[in-house]
Amino acid sequence: MRDFISRHIVPNFDNSILRELLDASHLPGGLAFTTDSYVVDPIFFPGGDIGSLSVNGTVNDLVVSGARPEFISLALIIEEGLAWDDLERILASISRAAAEAGVHIVTGDTKVVRRGQADKIYINTSGVGRIIARPNLEAVVPGDNLIVTGPVGEHSLAILIARGDFGFEASVKSDCAPLTFLLPLWQREVRWMRDITRGGLATILCELAEKLPYSILIEEKKIPLSPPVQAVSEFLGIDPLYLACEGRAAILAPASRSEEILAYLQAHPLGREAAIIGQIEDRIGRAGELLLRTKTGGLRLLEPLTTELLPRIC
Amino acid sequence: MEEFRQEEITSALIRLIRKKKEALGRPVRLMEVCGTHTMTVYRYGLKPLLEEAGVDLLAGPGCPVCITPDDYHEIIIDLLTKRPKTIVATFGDMTRVPTAKGSLQTAVPAPFSRLKIIYSPVEALDLAQENPDCEVIFFGAGFETTIPSIAFTVKEARARGLKNFSLLAACWLIPPPLRAILESGEVAIDGFLYPGHVSTIIGSKPYRFIAEEFKIPGAITGFEPNDVLLGINSVLDQMLEVRPEVAIEYRRVVSASGNPRALALMAEVFEVKDAFWRGLGLIPQSGLGLKKEYHEFDTLKRFSLQLSPSEKSFNPGCRCGLVLRGLLRPPECPLFGRLCRPESPYGPCMVSYEGACLIHFKYGQKWS
Repeated sequence: MRDFISRHIVPNFDNSILRELLDASHLPGGLAFTTDSYVVDPIFFPGGDIGSLSVNGTVNDLVVSGARPEFISLALIIEEGLAWDDLERILASISRAAAEAGVHIVTGDTKVVRRGQADKIYINTSGVGRIIARPNLEAVVPGDNLIVTGPVGEHSLAILIARGDFGFEASVKSDCAPLTFLLPLWQREVRWMRDITRGGLATILCELAEKLPYSILIEEKKIPLSPPVQAVSEFLGIDPLYLACEGRAAILAPASRSEEILAYLQAHPLGREAAIIGQIEDRIGRAGELLLRTKTGGLRLLEPLTTELLPRIC
Repeated sequence: MEEFRQEEITSALIRLIRKKKEALGRPVRLMEVCGTHTMTVYRYGLKPLLEEAGVDLLAGPGCPVCITPDDYHEIIIDLLTKRPKTIVATFGDMTRVPTAKGSLQTAVPAPFSRLKIIYSPVEALDLAQENPDCEVIFFGAGFETTIPSIAFTVKEARARGLKNFSLLAACWLIPPPLRAILESGEVAIDGFLYPGHVSTIIGSKPYRFIAEEFKIPGAITGFEPNDVLLGINSVLDQMLEVRPEVAIEYRRVVSASGNPRALALMAEVFEVKDAFWRGLGLIPQSGLGLKKEYHEFDTLKRFSLQLSPSEKSFNPGCRCGLVLRGLLRPPECPLFGRLCRPESPYGPCMVSYEGACLIHFKYGQKWS
């Protein structure tokens, strides 16, 4: 996907704002702008639905790029025959999610396509936010800490199980949630944030490492996993480091502020299981590498996700 | 379970292994037969620790997706693309193996035909029941671990009275290729780590010829990191004391005589035949075919098809065969990571989750 974007998208529309490839673009005039389309299958899953996902996903892109989300657009592409009840349920969920994240839906569009030309419902949302900080990778130094805001992988697994392909049930709920509670952290010297979406924790940290003159070392033991995610991913042979979330972020912060940031996160219901999982390194590995110290004390290199584990998870 | 991953135990075992290797005073090269062992060794970062300790591990042929030759795939692709109302049911990795006819995943099914990825063989029977106007073909690949459940599926098809279900069996036995590798003399192996799950079914006896005829030590071991290290430790003990045997370091599930019920089920439905393996060629008594009594469920018989094994891989330059024989390490292949990558595999070892190349790509890249 990144390859596709850098090879086909960027050259065609090249400009200084797009080139930065942030989760949300920083526009002149102090505004941030982002867009995302949602095609998740199934449209209802434990812990959320396509409606709440379409609000939270866009809100979170703004938050991690240093902007306070304010306005959102809502475009619906509906397959002929979608049940009224389902549509009502999705709209109510959008409304609740918007209220929770403190954003207003200010414009929108609806299209209906013939049966079979879309699958139930697709949603696009765009978001505008006010910039309160800029990620600052230039300030990163060895010893800076990496923090995750909670257990990883729940969204992907909840979707996987909800599809019913495996014929078993497990109490995994999507972590789908707004990350607006992270906004105050931008005032505490946070250097960088990313929501842990496509490709999971390993992929987003690989992308971070590529931009740094240092390596990153994370400890398998310290990465929070909920017991069902641990059990199910082991059972299916899936690596939870590559599973997507929709309400978790990774945060890079100076060592001197990490404890304070951790305490702030743990005091919030969505950050109770936040943990410091690793740090920026200049003693081990080469610049740009992401290393994992395994549970057994071995060391190995982590690569970005190469093959899509699951299509249509968001 | 956690004790099999505990760091303190791991480092103690590594120290012990290093000491024993030093006492031996020569290089040690072991073959881990099973792809899941390869996975454990790489995923837990044991590979560099073992290299430091002087123990070299070589991946063996224990990946059913990797060793199933192209002709099986081509037959099933033909059925899916040419025969209307055909449902091909198989395990996920089997759908991505590239052949001259593409892969199951890139093939365009004939009208009203489709591909269905299943996780348990019995799902294929449900498909047959739910789609009485379609032919359901189960492309079942596996070693002794999976074969009993495939055998059960065939018996159950008869019990349910299904007339639209058949099996294309890519079923392989683990001990014969080990003999083939040893008899070829192509690669020097000091010891074997035998697969834990296969051995749960077959027990330890079928490997005895390796200790008795070839005087090579070995240990059956489990799939947690410390299980693997215990296995290596046992092989080193046997080397030091010059008493090759088939040790069981996986007593929590494996016994000497295996699982008699599973073995009986296999013998009831299947018969042993000579079979062609990718990379290893024709190996006597190494594969399974349905017995005469079950021919009505045999895809080959039902559609009058024949396998056409060939030494050649369709992809020119693909060296999966050499990897499977232990003659080439994944990064030594000129295609590795360049033309052959997980998102666009050139050979099956880069497709399967138990494939040496995919595992090396995902977990074995060198850090500096």
